[in-house]
Amino acid sequence: MDFTLKEWVNMAGKGSIAAVAVQMQAHETGMTAEGVRDIMRSHLHCMQEAVQEGLDPALKSVSGLTGGQAALLMNRIRSGKSLCGGLLGKAEAYALATAECNACMGKIVAAPTAGACGILPGAVLAMMEEKSVSENRAVDALFVAAAVGQTIATQASISGAEGGCQAECGAAAAMAAAALTFMEGGSAKQCVDAAAFAIMNLLGLVCDPVGGLVEVPCVYRNVGSSGIAFTSADMVLSGIQCPIEPDEIISVMKEVGDALPSSLRETGEGGCASCPSAKARLCHREIRG
Amino acid sequence: MDLFDLIGPVMIGPSSSHTAGAARIGLTARMLLGEDVARADIGFHGSFAKTYRGHGTDRAIVGGLMGMQVDDLRLRNSLELATEAGLELQFSPVNLRGAHPNTVKLTITGASGQRLTMEAASVGGGNIEVHRLDGMNVSFTGKENTLIIHHDDVPGKVAAVSGIMARRRINIGNMSVYRRGAGADAMMVFELDHELDDAIMEEIRAIEGVQSATFLKRRPC
Repeated sequence: MDFTLKEWVNMAGKGSIAAVAVQMQAHETGMTAEGVRDIMRSHLHCMQEAVQEGLDPALKSVSGLTGGQAALLMNRIRSGKSLCGGLLGKAEAYALATAECNACMGKIVAAPTAGACGILPGAVLAMMEEKSVSENRAVDALFVAAAVGQTIATQASISGAEGGCQAECGAAAAMAAAALTFMEGGSAKQCVDAAAFAIMNLLGLVCDPVGGLVEVPCVYRNVGSSGIAFTSADMVLSGIQCPIEPDEIISVMKEVGDALPSSLRETGEGGCASCPSAKARLCHREIRG
Repeated sequence: MDLFDLIGPVMIGPSSSHTAGAARIGLTARMLLGEDVARADIGFHGSFAKTYRGHGTDRAIVGGLMGMQVDDLRLRNSLELATEAGLELQFSPVNLRGAHPNTVKLTITGASGQRLTMEAASVGGGNIEVHRLDGMNVSFTGKENTLIIHHDDVPGKVAAVSGIMARRRINIGNMSVYRRGAGADAMMVFELDHELDDAIMEEIRAIEGVQSATFLKRRPC
């Protein structure tokens, strides 16, 4: 399976990318369409459990740098004071919960990676709760996201070490933007346009983990990238078309990733990782090998 | 490409390369050894050496060596579980020139005294590559059904094994032959479209000059 975004749109025709993706996955693995959907459904359930675990206020990561912050964000959503409102606010809180669950050695679903694992579940689970999206439709949305992720992984990269954070949080935001557009009834073309807008907004984002750990700034970028996924979906659903071919945005993402210096590609040397205050916090913790 | 590589694997965090990949390396070594591990010397190279505690790479490798999968919650407490089980562990930084930054060098001894050395890299997204096995340079990922055969470097061994595959209608997707030197120890690695049952494995082990044969089942998604 190795398709461009344009090919996914063409194969979907008047139908959805989800239907094509399910069919392709079933064909490749020799499973039934229902069997393939059941695996995705169990992944969705695992995402729900990760959010619950991540909302625990007592959570702490091995390094002590993160954990317990999603509970704070969730309290603010519950108080009704969130500037982002209930839907986006919840998506962001769930994204942070999942990312913190991951940082604390909890069980998560890589989407597409562990470092960016909060963005897609945050968007899909918030839509289920706030917009009454059914479980079946949420499962389909995850297949739309997987199709977009497949194109990014094969045409560019989903590894921070290769392409910077644009390849992780950028890819995850693109996948979430497509999933959101699908859940709101957008066409296949609109789904990939939303993905393109998300990448456009995160193009060039560097991978600069403090101490080389998947914590700072990773967990916070899961929150910010959720916002970009929602605004990207809103743009296309309002009728705005992406002025650049979505596949070209993905090619450019690869070029930009290749141009990033090694210090900004998951080496823990540049960017946030090089800030004196970040280094000082690490020195107080026994996390290095 | 498998769509469940994009939404998945279900894994214990925090890093697909430093945690899930590390667990898979341990698990692969345990399966290749074919018995419980009694002692393990674990050498971390590159990024693994710098961040293994914070990423739980040590816990993941040890969990894998104890037979745990990447989504097993016991990975978090594997070091304590290993101590309880009497597993002897030694961690050290190693410098393997030219190796992938996320490489681990394992020397493990089984309950019966069998030994295995392996170097493997975690190459991203939880995927791994085994680069050295028992002193020989090899290359396989464990993602497909994999058959590993240690044998004498004499004519006819490849034909004997592939003949069995042909008769049993097992399709070979990929195969490689490695050796220490002409006429010395050699190794064949096959990636297969089908699984091998015990009867076929016995038939392979019965070939003259085959020292051992191990089958690793295709990794579930």
